[in-house]
Amino acid sequence: MIELFGFTTNSPASFVIEPLSHEFMRRALVVSALVGSVCGLLSCYMTLKGWALMGDAVSHSVMPGVVVAYALGLPFSLGAFVFGVGSVTLIGFIKQKSRVKEDTVIGLVFTGFFALGLVLVSKIKSNIDLMHILFGSPLGISSNDLRQTLIISVVVLIALTLFRKDLVLYCFDPTHARSIGINTGFLHYLLLSALSLTAVAGLQTVGIILVVAMLVTPGATAYLLTDRFDRMIILAVISSVISSLLGVYISFWSDIETGGAIVLVQTILFLMAFLFAPKYGILKNKSFIS
Amino acid sequence: MRKIQSSTLLNHFRIEADQLCVDYNGTVALYDASLNLDAGCICGLVGMNGAGKSTFFKALMGFVRPSRGKIRINGLSVQQAQREQAVAYVPQSEGIDCSFPVSVWDVVMMGRYGAMNLFRIPRESDRQAVIHALERVELLDLRNRPIGALSGGQRKRAFLARAIAQRASVLLLDEPFTGVDIRTEKLMADLFLQFRNEGHSILISTHDLSHVRDFCDLVVLINKTVLAYGKTSEVFTSENLTMTFGGVPPDLLSGPTSIEP
Ligand SMILES: Nc1ncnc2c1ncn2[C@@H]1O[C@H](COP(=O)(O)OP(=O)(O)OP(=O)(O)O)[C@@H](O)[C@H]1O
Ligand SMILES: [Mg+2]
Repeated sequence: MIELFGFTTNSPASFVIEPLSHEFMRRALVVSALVGSVCGLLSCYMTLKGWALMGDAVSHSVMPGVVVAYALGLPFSLGAFVFGVGSVTLIGFIKQKSRVKEDTVIGLVFTGFFALGLVLVSKIKSNIDLMHILFGSPLGISSNDLRQTLIISVVVLIALTLFRKDLVLYCFDPTHARSIGINTGFLHYLLLSALSLTAVAGLQTVGIILVVAMLVTPGATAYLLTDRFDRMIILAVISSVISSLLGVYISFWSDIETGGAIVLVQTILFLMAFLFAPKYGILKNKSFIS
Repeated sequence: MRKIQSSTLLNHFRIEADQLCVDYNGTVALYDASLNLDAGCICGLVGMNGAGKSTFFKALMGFVRPSRGKIRINGLSVQQAQREQAVAYVPQSEGIDCSFPVSVWDVVMMGRYGAMNLFRIPRESDRQAVIHALERVELLDLRNRPIGALSGGQRKRAFLARAIAQRASVLLLDEPFTGVDIRTEKLMADLFLQFRNEGHSILISTHDLSHVRDFCDLVVLINKTVLAYGKTSEVFTSENLTMTFGGVPPDLLSGPTSIEP
């Protein structure tokens, strides 16, 4: 017997297998696993480049793009892409042309975009579900959204994998990248585009508000566990996929918000790494001193 | 070790800088700085703090845009030269995050990326180049260490190894000797002499004037512009140095030699 959030199933096997008989659960699991792996991969670059705030900014800024795209009948990924990259360009422009500090500019721009999105949702009469955008709902994903999310995830996964080495170099030492003739502008926009696209993919599973967790936590967890970048990627993807799948199951069995469940599992994994990581966990240091 | 660049045969200077002017938002950091550097020589860049040495390097690498002037490396534009791996640059301080999860080996391998295919899959020759470079700076034993677990001086050697692994004909080294111990200093000086004999051209900035006397064939004295330029034996005089350092005559010229000739 397993007891989870007050809900009881007969055995671990039925905890896993029984939901698979539902079409919507199979979809939710596929989407969550795929989105989880993309977010896990990207989160390594976000944490190492120090782009957590940028991830938050982009994920909120895609909101008006998604709304406009839905209203015009365009693919939502297109709208998200335009507004995501647009917001970052705007942040860069304002920072360069004024004396306001970068984090202030970021906070200012993304809340502006997000507010615009909220206003648009309430003004444009359409069948957009605000709750769906804000909090995600993988259990109720439409087949159109499903298809787009799958395409986005695969494209981003392939791009980030192919350019993995260059991106690591770009994050680690952009000066050297330039000095050996690598086009760092291209890599910068590749990472930004990947971020915008991943933000809308993540929006499907955990929603705009929590997507930044998907873009930061798996990378941070993996970072505590290893000193090698390749291993960090693998660990981040594994922890991200595990928490996504587990979150969906928990949400199914105990009828709680899916996005919240996914991010909570992720946070718990991080806390475990924080406490018990072999080299960087705090409990390890403590035993070392005493 | 290295083939003679075809461009050298065409009688180009390795580095050709003509009347460079650089300003930072209107504040002039460098004006009318010219320099020609041949194959197989070491050129010392000497000047006081803020004289524009690092600015000169950055201009040569295209990291700051000169408001005037022309730069050619091996007869090519800076971008072309960089794409052909003709120039390796080690900045004064690496603005890097030392907790980045890469090993010494990974870092030195980054010197080879420009020579690899688009997906940066190392071949045997790349591995050999990395091993060779690590041997030359005596870091082969530490190759699996994370870069953050090195001391400051060891890290400097790792970045030098990365430049060596690049196998460029032109080396731009901005204060490679700061923060390294005497042994490493000697190791590096010997290395630079070897490179010169192999036909590389090295531009090196330093605050230790004994280095200039010991192994620089040419010397450039700068203070926002090139004050004097030429053979060390002719240019490196106390009058010129007094002029370079604004009236303070440095007596380092008579100081002890750290390198045996
Ligand atoms: N990014 C920058 N913005 C504005 N001014 C700068 C910048 N970098 C350098 N400067 C100025 O340009 C001048 C030359 O600086 P540079 O770094 O080239 O000196 P340097 O000769 O390398 O000095 P040091 O021996 O201290 O390394 C200095 O007056 C410096 O204040
Ligand atoms: Mg300097």
